Amino acid sequence: MFWFQVERLLNYWPLLLKGLGMTVSLSLISLLIGGVIGLLFGIIRAGRIRWLSFVVGLYIDLFRGTPFLVQVFICFFILPSVGIELSAFSAGVLALSNLSACFIGEIVASGIKAVPRGQSEAALSSGFRHWQQLRLIILPQALRIVRPSLVGQFILLVKDSSVISAIGIMDLTRSGWMIVQNIPNGLLIFGVVGVGYFIICYPMIFLARRMERRNQSSLL
Amino acid sequence: MLGNLNIRVIFEYFPALWQGFLNTLMMSGLGFAGAMILGIIACALTIQPLRWLRAPAVAYVDVIRATPLLAQLYFLYFGLPRLGILLPEILIGIVALALNSGAYVAEIIRSGILAVPRGQFEASMSSGLTYLQRMRFIILPQAIRPTVSPLIGQAIVLVKDSSLLSLISVVELARVGQQIALDRFMPVEGLAATAAGFLIIYYMLKALAALWSRFNRLPGQA
Repeated sequence: MFWFQVERLLNYWPLLLKGLGMTVSLSLISLLIGGVIGLLFGIIRAGRIRWLSFVVGLYIDLFRGTPFLVQVFICFFILPSVGIELSAFSAGVLALSNLSACFIGEIVASGIKAVPRGQSEAALSSGFRHWQQLRLIILPQALRIVRPSLVGQFILLVKDSSVISAIGIMDLTRSGWMIVQNIPNGLLIFGVVGVGYFIICYPMIFLARRMERRNQSSLL
Repeated sequence: MLGNLNIRVIFEYFPALWQGFLNTLMMSGLGFAGAMILGIIACALTIQPLRWLRAPAVAYVDVIRATPLLAQLYFLYFGLPRLGILLPEILIGIVALALNSGAYVAEIIRSGILAVPRGQFEASMSSGLTYLQRMRFIILPQAIRPTVSPLIGQAIVLVKDSSLLSLISVVELARVGQQIALDRFMPVEGLAATAAGFLIIYYMLKALAALWSRFNRLPGQA
């Protein structure tokens, strides 16, 4: 019985591979968009314009405090009612990019705050303008500090992308869900699905750990 | 969009929303309690010296951290009946939440223990304390304090993750919101009420974390 099911599962191989591709592309696109916006959020959060920093902080809190599933539903079901018609894919990308922008924003802000104060003072007395200071002195150091957390954030992104399957995107989780309707063996099928995620995420967990260790030894 | 919000529907569904809110709290509470127990056990196994006990614990933590909760949830939901284990959905959900968060709790506690300076281990060892005494009197009291804030952070993640249980038809806050959206074709009202409920829990836990770090500042910290 078990081998028969494995044989049948082999027929679904293309569906699973397509799902894996969808998961990877969803996460990569969202990482790119979210990274750019997140960097901007982080600079604002750590910046001197008080009211702007407060507004961005409130926005970030709003999305950090609600479940991602609810955010996906908001993008998919509510935006059409205000005239923004989105396909499931773009709704998913929008929700995921927005979420990653919020998390990356907080990470970048913490990195900027972790750069020793002397650095910006030295830059100031060397005659750098504010923007030059940020671009040439502060950000390169801040990004090096937060590199492990950014990799960790990408792992979270890959995993969170599974939630988008709830609006019918054919990602890895969704294709597993489809197959389990035909082959009633959840352990086998979601075991295989889990292996797919593991192949993407585990090397990155490994990488993040190594970066963290290197950061620690360079700080000591 | 918020201008023509139909408040009456939210009042009409208030008992259901309240029930969903309580269910979310109850499941998250039980899930977190389970996660703490699992996490402490897994952490104890990963830091002790016996390899054949350490390997399964490390594998558990890594596998959980490298796969999404939704896949884990479906694994249990579609998989357990095959092993002849028939549980109500809500119980499967709580088990999945506990299993998932347990791995993260283990990592948090482990990093707390690793942050204790090496000299403390050596000093306690040379004072002639046994392994259990060293842990009980020297290491754990120092290790626990810095883990409290990350643990509250994990509790926040768990509460939000519990919304995924709505996908295996457990009635909780997100599910009630979906019902309002579907029964009355009012997605804005339903999702706004859901989001508000989760935000209340989020801000409460966040305030708790702030309160803790305010009264438990370590000497030398800003």
